[in-house]
Amino acid sequence: MSYLPYAVAAWLFIIGLYGVITSRNLVHLCICVSVIQSSSYVLLLAIGYRTGRPAPVYADIPAGTPAVDPVVQALMLTDVVVEVTVMALLLALAVQVHKRLGTLDPDRLRKLRG
Amino acid sequence: MTRPIRTLFFFVSAALLALAFWLSYSDLAPLGRNTSAYGDLVNSITVPQRHITDAVTAVNFDIRGFDTLGEEFILFASVLGVVLLMRRRSDDPMGDHEDKARGRIVPYPSDAVRVTALLLLSPMVLFGLYIVSHGQLTPGGGFQGGVVLSTAPLLFYLASTYPQFRAVTPPRLIEAAEAVGASAYIFIGGVCMALGGQFLENVLPLGKTGTLVSGGTVALIDLGVGLEVSAGFVLMMLVYLEELMEAKEQ
Amino acid sequence: MIAILEAGILIFVALAGTAVVLTRDAVAQAIVVSFYGLLLGIMFFVFQAPDVALSQITVGAVALPLMILLALARVKKHENDQTD
Repeated sequence: MSYLPYAVAAWLFIIGLYGVITSRNLVHLCICVSVIQSSSYVLLLAIGYRTGRPAPVYADIPAGTPAVDPVVQALMLTDVVVEVTVMALLLALAVQVHKRLGTLDPDRLRKLRG
Repeated sequence: MTRPIRTLFFFVSAALLALAFWLSYSDLAPLGRNTSAYGDLVNSITVPQRHITDAVTAVNFDIRGFDTLGEEFILFASVLGVVLLMRRRSDDPMGDHEDKARGRIVPYPSDAVRVTALLLLSPMVLFGLYIVSHGQLTPGGGFQGGVVLSTAPLLFYLASTYPQFRAVTPPRLIEAAEAVGASAYIFIGGVCMALGGQFLENVLPLGKTGTLVSGGTVALIDLGVGLEVSAGFVLMMLVYLEELMEAKEQ
Repeated sequence: MIAILEAGILIFVALAGTAVVLTRDAVAQAIVVSFYGLLLGIMFFVFQAPDVALSQITVGAVALPLMILLALARVKKHENDQTD
């Protein structure tokens, strides 16, 4: 039971990949890519967590108390920024595909050569 | 490859992938019992050595500040990419644009929407500035406060019409603000080098722990990053909204 | 032994992720993604990561569904223009 977060991370990766492969809409595909990215958040969170310790903010706890790992949380912050940038570019690309080829279906895209 | 064959191939690969995940995750420690000497070291030195009470901001902007420089430029490059991708063929920024479908009569926003949006506007800006400036004291920082700040013009758009919104957010000013914020990071690194340290080393006076003027370069970098992130997000939303517009001559 | 709150929020996140993928209509999926982002923010909060929770709530529950809905509105408008 203590391996639950790792199982959830693997499950999110696999279900996101299933969504990407069996998608019929490019925007649905982009959102499934974001689900795959969120599996890395769960994994990093599980690696950084220490049982019973507070958050690494020393505003009202005495300085030097042992806390949760802050380096892994900094990695997660960068991860969230990268997610929003990747999604913005993917959605802009999907809109341009629709403008040029008239369809958002990945299966039909192979047949149309612009 | 047809769709059923693709799905069958996926199920076989997913089973192998799940097996690979299981083999690799079983070597990690169970939840809550991982050990990391680097994390414990960072926790023990942020307050005595850097006078910063938020360890995550200290790691982001001071101890690993060079990596965050790369992250800010990822955001900058992606905003640039979206603007380039969505550029209209006729460069007509203030043409006669309507933000509605052809032939539809759109009512002016109702009084309830306008009052709520305009009442929330100034607290939102104040809250965003609070999160940006208190980055080194409490959870927050440049990025989070910048995103909160960038939703304020959108509240204004909800309460008014599109030409009024465009009058409030001139694209040239927002592009200039984003460039200033991004280059402020490098400029502060250069100032650190000029003051005798290395690039982005914290050589400014560190101040008193727990006050707004603490942490040296972290407070200044927070302001620059907040400016860049808020301007970048407003620019991205402007470009997406602009893509919806229908020019009258079409 | 993992606590009840942490196990519960992890199972909710797994179920919400499955719901995001299994919702095929893109407009409905934007709303489900916003709820999923909020749930991830609560998970970060439960696991003692308030900085990341702030980031995730502002980005994943507000900025991301906004961009998705704007892209979908653009696509719908282009389709309406073409059928006129």
